[in-house]
Amino acid sequence: MDAPLLDLRGISKRFPGVVALEDVSLSVGRGEVVALCGENGAGKSTLMKILGGVYQPDAGEIRLEGRPVVIPAVNDAQRLGIAFIHQELNVLDNLDVAANVFLGREPFRGPFRLVDRKRIYADTEPYLKRLGLEISSRTRLDKLSLAQQQMVEIAKALSLNARILIMDEPTSSLTLSETDRLLDLVVELRKQGVSLIYISHRLGEVDRCADRVVILRDGKNAGQLSRQEISHDRIVGLMVGREIKSFYVKSNAAKTPGYFKVRNLRSSRYPARAVSFDAARGEILGFAGLVGAGRSELAKAIVGLDPCATGEILLAGQKLALRTSRQAIEHGIYLVPEDRRGEGLVVRMSVRENVSLPWLRRFSSLGLIQRERERQVAAEQVATLKVKTPSTETLVLNLSGGNQQKVILGKWLSREPKIMILDEPTRGIDVGAKAEIYRLMRDLAESGSVVLMISSDMEEILHVSDRVAVMHEGEISGVLQRADCTEANIMQLAVGRKVPAALPAFAE
Amino acid sequence: MKKEAGISVLLFALCAVTACLNPKFISPVNLTNMANIIGLFGIFSIGLGLIIITGGIDLSVGSMFALGGVLLSIALREWHCPWPLAALLVLVIIMTLGWMHGWLITRMRIQPFIVTLCGLLLYRGLARFIAGDATKGFGNCEGFELLRDLARGKLLGLPMPFILLLVVAVVMWLVLHRSVYGRYLFAVGRNEEATRFSGINTRLVIASTYIVAGLLTGISAILFAFYTNSVSPSTHGNFYELYGIAAAVLGGCSLRGGEGSILGIVIGTALLQVLQNLVNLLGIPSSLNFAVMGAVVLIGVLADQLFQRRAEKKLLKS
Repeated sequence: MDAPLLDLRGISKRFPGVVALEDVSLSVGRGEVVALCGENGAGKSTLMKILGGVYQPDAGEIRLEGRPVVIPAVNDAQRLGIAFIHQELNVLDNLDVAANVFLGREPFRGPFRLVDRKRIYADTEPYLKRLGLEISSRTRLDKLSLAQQQMVEIAKALSLNARILIMDEPTSSLTLSETDRLLDLVVELRKQGVSLIYISHRLGEVDRCADRVVILRDGKNAGQLSRQEISHDRIVGLMVGREIKSFYVKSNAAKTPGYFKVRNLRSSRYPARAVSFDAARGEILGFAGLVGAGRSELAKAIVGLDPCATGEILLAGQKLALRTSRQAIEHGIYLVPEDRRGEGLVVRMSVRENVSLPWLRRFSSLGLIQRERERQVAAEQVATLKVKTPSTETLVLNLSGGNQQKVILGKWLSREPKIMILDEPTRGIDVGAKAEIYRLMRDLAESGSVVLMISSDMEEILHVSDRVAVMHEGEISGVLQRADCTEANIMQLAVGRKVPAALPAFAE
Repeated sequence: MKKEAGISVLLFALCAVTACLNPKFISPVNLTNMANIIGLFGIFSIGLGLIIITGGIDLSVGSMFALGGVLLSIALREWHCPWPLAALLVLVIIMTLGWMHGWLITRMRIQPFIVTLCGLLLYRGLARFIAGDATKGFGNCEGFELLRDLARGKLLGLPMPFILLLVVAVVMWLVLHRSVYGRYLFAVGRNEEATRFSGINTRLVIASTYIVAGLLTGISAILFAFYTNSVSPSTHGNFYELYGIAAAVLGGCSLRGGEGSILGIVIGTALLQVLQNLVNLLGIPSSLNFAVMGAVVLIGVLADQLFQRRAEKKLLKS
């Protein structure tokens, strides 16, 4: 039998403190569509980055048509005929189709090496035809829909003689009919002999176009399914088969159900999907879901940071008007955002200035800041949260990730939170600081706050949450009571399937 | 503080060298003259500095001087307005223009450079049209001697503009370095998104700086009009915004926003004016005036970059 077109064998990759991939193998035959599935953080992206020349594997080899190859840089992947279609498009929307397809490889003409305009357009047309794309090669990219722009990227890949096309969540921003067309195209490309690696969370798409599904779990091969064996249950089963030790400790806090109610909240990301849920005083409600399920958007809508959001928010039976983030903050509703350095902190300001930023008016008389009070409050937070910083005057820039996160927490904890929303609270934070943050969330809940925790880390969700709300494409697909919080149940809901144990998110 | 110390040293060194080469530099007449000019330029440079700290820019200052000067002359001499009303009119108009800039920048999301570039052209054109392209003057200031004295007179032997600059600098120092509003300015300049996430209305903060700067520009406009005593609308205040920007940058403001201090801006202004004076006193052809200024600003900023890089390297090593 022929060697497969692409064969990854025994690939391992370690990052400081984590094993991202361990002895992973993956092969792709000519004209085969292999779907790559796995939870957030299972190692899919790392594997693809190794294939793309972004990372070098610590062990293992890559064979192309049976011959071992090394891919030291991004250009080399291109030279070997490996092309990527990323989730975020990589096009220049101020240029036309032909200029995008031949970017960096424009045909020249004449003594001044001017771009040969006739040839560039003529050369682009066949690729567009091959993709069944009925647009002119002279159309500017910003006149095209997202789906069409994506097709242009595929045309570019084909023009580079790509033999292996890697699509990473290609349908995440496409409409249903556009998704349909893309899947048709995948089938068409396979017929033309192109091999594809298709990464997607959407099992329906996998089901439709894949010849084979390879499942990764915790950086290892979890198994594979052939065309005949593909079913949602089996894929999810392999994705979640890992063992998770739960450190969950039942909390004895008195809970007040229905203390915080959200009704028909629509964010600008998913205007057609309304979200409603209840949260109890004294509980930690986890928000699970796959990346892009609309959890961060929901959080921003709650705290008044989404000007287009509509819906109702009730706290202790009282309807709140949360048009601006100021109003939310005045009601004690705070957000610890996902993007710590971009949204959570002014990194070129001191610990003191960051902690006091939302409360400056309270620290001032006649508009002038009372620095001594400001410093005291910051020092208190530094002490209670055990922030490792030389002083309250140190720039936040110079602190570690965990300590930066503690500064954001200190900012909000300096005035009692009623609702505390934490978006990926421990991402990129070392184990010690993680444990401290978990304890802090529990303390907060026990002292009578509502804690909403968004996390893509399954372990964290299972470890911390009293209940778990699972989101799928902008909606809450179900809420699981503590006893029903299993990885399998959460994954099923996260990919949009029904689970008997799941409850509706709210009670009227 | 380090930056301010650095340019202070530069300023004193420059003064010392000039004084040695030409003793006229420290003559009372020359010093008074220079204090006057530093006052005139310092007041609006502080306003411009606030805008730069939020990450914006204002190119329209010089044209506002022309428009304000022309209107002031017409109001006083042709409409015979009482002088407090005429002065108020100029201040209100220029602050309104500032408010419009702020509105266009924060609500319509047009870049500050574009908005104020259009302002530069627009107000210059309006000034020339209103004045019929004729020079407008104040004659012998009959009926508004007090305003003239406020703008051009002396107090305790010091020229009024210099005294006004001291007052403005102290007030604005409190505002920028001690008040809630000032903290917001720095926060917005350093990370607008995070500031918004902390519940601060960043658009309002940004727009308001253009109004505050408008007030300071308005005051300067009145002072400049009486300083020149006649306003020729096509040249009055030409390039003055660039003096302000240069002073702010020399004084430690970053055009990326989030950096700067009142003291730095004032010292930066003084440095630029001493340079001009030096060109005159040392017999350097005045045609080289701009070239000298450009070179010094460039060297100042370059030196600052080099020092910063060295400091960063030291930090990395330790």
